Amino acid sequence: MKTLEELRQIRQKAQNDLKMRTSSYKYKIVVGMGTSGIAMGARDVMKSFLDEIAARNLKDILVSQTGEKGLSSLEPVVDIIEEGKPTITYGNLNPEKARRIIIEHLVNNHIVNDYVVTTKD
Amino acid sequence: MLYRRIDVLLCCGSGCVSAGAHKIKQKLISEIAIQDITEEINIIETGCMGPCDAGPVMLVYPEGVFYQKLTVEDIPELVEEHFKKGRPVKRLMLHDKENIYETKKDLPFYQKQVKVALENCGHIDPDSINEYIAVNGYEAIGKILTEMTPADTIQLVKESGLRGRGGGGFPTWLKWKLTSEAENTHKYLICNGDEGDPGAFMDRSLMEGDPHRILEGMMIAAYATGASKGYFYIRAEYPLAIKRIRQAISQAHEYGLLGKNIFDSSFDFDAEVRTGAGAFVCGEETALIASIEGKRGQPTPKPPFPSVQGVWEKPTTVNNVETLANLPTIFRKGADWFYSMGMDTSRGTKVFALTGDIKNTGLVEVPMGITLRELIFDVGGGMSGDSKFKAVQLGGPSGGCLTIDHLDTPITYETLTEKGAMMGSGGVIVMNDSNCMVNVAKFFLEFSMEESCGKCTPCRIGLKHLYTILERIVSGEGKDGDIEQLEFLGKSIMETSLCGLGKSAPNPVLSTIRYFRNEYEAHIQHKSCPEKVCKPLMHYTIDINKCIGCSLCARKCPVECISGTRQDKYIIDQIECVKCGNCLEVCPVQAVSKVSGISSEVLNQSRKLTAADLYR
Repeated sequence: MKTLEELRQIRQKAQNDLKMRTSSYKYKIVVGMGTSGIAMGARDVMKSFLDEIAARNLKDILVSQTGEKGLSSLEPVVDIIEEGKPTITYGNLNPEKARRIIIEHLVNNHIVNDYVVTTKD
Repeated sequence: MLYRRIDVLLCCGSGCVSAGAHKIKQKLISEIAIQDITEEINIIETGCMGPCDAGPVMLVYPEGVFYQKLTVEDIPELVEEHFKKGRPVKRLMLHDKENIYETKKDLPFYQKQVKVALENCGHIDPDSINEYIAVNGYEAIGKILTEMTPADTIQLVKESGLRGRGGGGFPTWLKWKLTSEAENTHKYLICNGDEGDPGAFMDRSLMEGDPHRILEGMMIAAYATGASKGYFYIRAEYPLAIKRIRQAISQAHEYGLLGKNIFDSSFDFDAEVRTGAGAFVCGEETALIASIEGKRGQPTPKPPFPSVQGVWEKPTTVNNVETLANLPTIFRKGADWFYSMGMDTSRGTKVFALTGDIKNTGLVEVPMGITLRELIFDVGGGMSGDSKFKAVQLGGPSGGCLTIDHLDTPITYETLTEKGAMMGSGGVIVMNDSNCMVNVAKFFLEFSMEESCGKCTPCRIGLKHLYTILERIVSGEGKDGDIEQLEFLGKSIMETSLCGLGKSAPNPVLSTIRYFRNEYEAHIQHKSCPEKVCKPLMHYTIDINKCIGCSLCARKCPVECISGTRQDKYIIDQIECVKCGNCLEVCPVQAVSKVSGISSEVLNQSRKLTAADLYR
């Protein structure tokens, strides 16, 4: 270790692994994992999110789950929560659509209007 | 590869490990494999999280859900419900009658705590240097080496008000200054990890839970004093602490944080672990130094102080584990920040190990100046069961007992010493009203007596004599003048002993005499133990009005001294009774009770014996 700069580089890399334990993130993806959600493939949708996040090495994203949301006919349902912005709820998802949401919404910051069910403040 | 969405922090401090944390981990690993979510979940073993009583405990992020008292049987449900479906299992959270405490921040246990030394304990993986660096580790030493002189470093610690956390409370900056001023080509820095007080385990938890922090603290102290070599003196009973510190040292080597020209400065430093054989006296710095040198662990007279002539006769600073653990944060957050906590000449925070008859036994860190009441009743959750608070022993066997009258005393080095206790290393043993204080004093004294190294006469012979008097008192043979004798002897031992062990060992006796003199008098004059603890000074009786004549006590009595019938009820033959307490335990209607004092039968018999002896 020769400089502080070197230490800070290691730190930045290492902080990623600890992100989960701090509550600093930009997007929070909440997958509805109620019985109907799971029956409609919510786990595959979630896996697809996780896969895509890892593949693109995205940061500041937290994947979480919740129970039944009451929108059984639209399952799998996913909320994208961003601080200071309305919560976007997507429905009728599948792994392919999940991937598209990551790319368009979380990376390029364009909401995928085709899949939006509701938006809420 | 999948993005890991859950961090499971499993407390693997010694408390949780003995409660079965490793089995929980095995089961977790196999269960998440069965449910096919291995890739999504990260299981991390951390150091002690603090609430040892609730162990094994677990934190699940991102939500920060806190689970407690886990068993292997709970794991499948936990994995399926929480990890797989995202529904935290309320049943396994901490709860009382009204509330469920879902996340770590909700727990009342943590609310009055301020974690400085324990900041990362239970939050990061102690096996990983990267995790330590991620939480700003080694930033402080980097800054110091590139921007500050040793004199600046000492000045900053002076401004922070940090004092030694191992017992004496000597100002850290002054210790450093003395070593830094000593002229010598070689200087040493020793981390005193020889934690020996019964009931104190903060140093162990720090070394196990955040080893890199101690190493960084040691480097800071070494730079300030001009030392180029450090020793971690850790007792062999702490194998995990030894392993973790050794691992931290080798990881720091790999990263170039130890060795020559660290951070491109002229500072060279290396450290190694020396294990101690577990003698209490080796926590005393001169005895510790002798032990490192391979000699018998016995103290030497001061001066010369270790700062001038220590290990290998070179200037040496000996700092406690917790003292070193505070340093990185002080340098990152500034002296003013540290000074803003606490009061008078006691600044910052102190780690306490809460044990005894208290609800939340475990490891806590609170700002100095907090009252004993807040520490015991708010952080510690109050007394266990329905028992009443009677006394608290602070500072282990070298400390003293405080009573209910002192509950509102702020905890600082000075107030505690003034009241007859001491900060010590921070062991807090809470006692309820079923403790006999004479017996408690005897217990602590026995420890010190056995740990006396035998080098100086006052400690070797004086403590034994103190103990003999106490033994006499609890067996009902106390005489008038015993209390005065204890006081005189205790004070003489304190004045004339060579090292801190003897100087403080009579404290438990003197402080219990000071605050519970009536209990000593009851034992000596009335031949009665008020709390019914000392067997020769109490007896068992059966209340014939309550007795239902079930004969259970008679059948369980090992010496068959209980007799009676269903009609006449049962009675205890006091002369034969060995006071084992079986009858009290088995009685279904609580007809058996303990009574203070010697039973009249035994008294009469002993009188007869004396009379008979006269004729013989």
